[in-house]
Amino acid sequence: MAKKKRRSMLYIPGNNPAMIQQAGVYGCDAVLLDLEDAVALNQKDAARILVRNMLQTVNFYDTEVCVRVNNMHTPFGLSDLEEIVPLQPDNIRFPKTETVEDVKEFMKEVRRIESEHDIEEPSMTIHVMIETAKGVANVYDIAAADPRIDAITIGGQDLTADMGIIKTPDGVGIDYARKRIVMAGKAYNLDVLDTVFADVNDEEGLREETEYIKKIGFAGKALINPRQVDVVHEVFNPTENEVRKSYRVYSEYIKNKKAGIGVFAIDGKMVDAPVVQRAITVLEYANIDLKEIEKSVG
Amino acid sequence: MTPKFKAQAGTFESSDIMILIEPVQPDTGRQVDISSTVILQFEADITKTIIQVLDELEIKDVHLIAKDKGALNQTIRARVETAIKRSLGIQKGTL
Repeated sequence: MAKKKRRSMLYIPGNNPAMIQQAGVYGCDAVLLDLEDAVALNQKDAARILVRNMLQTVNFYDTEVCVRVNNMHTPFGLSDLEEIVPLQPDNIRFPKTETVEDVKEFMKEVRRIESEHDIEEPSMTIHVMIETAKGVANVYDIAAADPRIDAITIGGQDLTADMGIIKTPDGVGIDYARKRIVMAGKAYNLDVLDTVFADVNDEEGLREETEYIKKIGFAGKALINPRQVDVVHEVFNPTENEVRKSYRVYSEYIKNKKAGIGVFAIDGKMVDAPVVQRAITVLEYANIDLKEIEKSVG
Repeated sequence: MTPKFKAQAGTFESSDIMILIEPVQPDTGRQVDISSTVILQFEADITKTIIQVLDELEIKDVHLIAKDKGALNQTIRARVETAIKRSLGIQKGTL
């Protein structure tokens, strides 16, 4: 089965019923129902109960559903887990993860709650959010801290605040953190997801930033407005030329594999395993079924 | 259980409902006052949903005021539960 795309992950405030009930129709790959920064301190209880109810009743269609809970060091984190974990959304996102101990602490609670609710084969995966300098420093260990982690994400706003710098449109202040987090994610085969682009009126700025983060290895980007979805998808979707080229690479790979040949050439250029893997990634992003190509090759 | 404090939950935004809870004397029963933008179509459904939550939380004596802006059932249920829990003092909230 093709890997699930996470080009666009749209934050939706957890206390906004209108937005949550429409979450499945925004066209994004994933929605992030937010119990953390998008909810006022005196509305945490209301958002938690609302999200719990919505998870049980709203049709999100094919959209992946992630819930961002509050940090375990706040008065809200454990209560969030108690309400959300039994419902097993696709993923839970843990903000401000700084150490392996943080991961162990919240995973212990996740597993306890799952056990109490007789959830023997939990499907829910974990996203860890790196938002502090300490988290950036420890990101390799964090990435490997638990097998249920399947994505790492960077929180640019909190990270710049923690670093005592201003977040600039060129993102230079968080560039090292972005690249380090990408490398940690790649090392452990995790998706790496970028921070939000805060200016919803600057479409060109969003496009430039998305093109950049795609180049350095991010699988997708967090969004704060449905208007941002199309731009991000346009950047992450492969071009027709890329799809044609990848189709040819994969077809030739299947033919050569049947003939017992591992490395071959197309138009004088060597094709080996990494080239084939890149072609597969492009075809998956283009929603092309690899099995159909295999059949057509015979 | 008996509400101890005045409490509220929800907003006046579209697709939401504002629930206000007022404690009453024991054995007064339930008084539920509903105003809604869709009162003609859904008054019975809204009332039924509110009563269900009050039953589940075992609230027998209460004055509940609901100002609805087209909330779905799951939103109504969430806002009633939040307001009741705030009024019982078992959950931090606002008023």
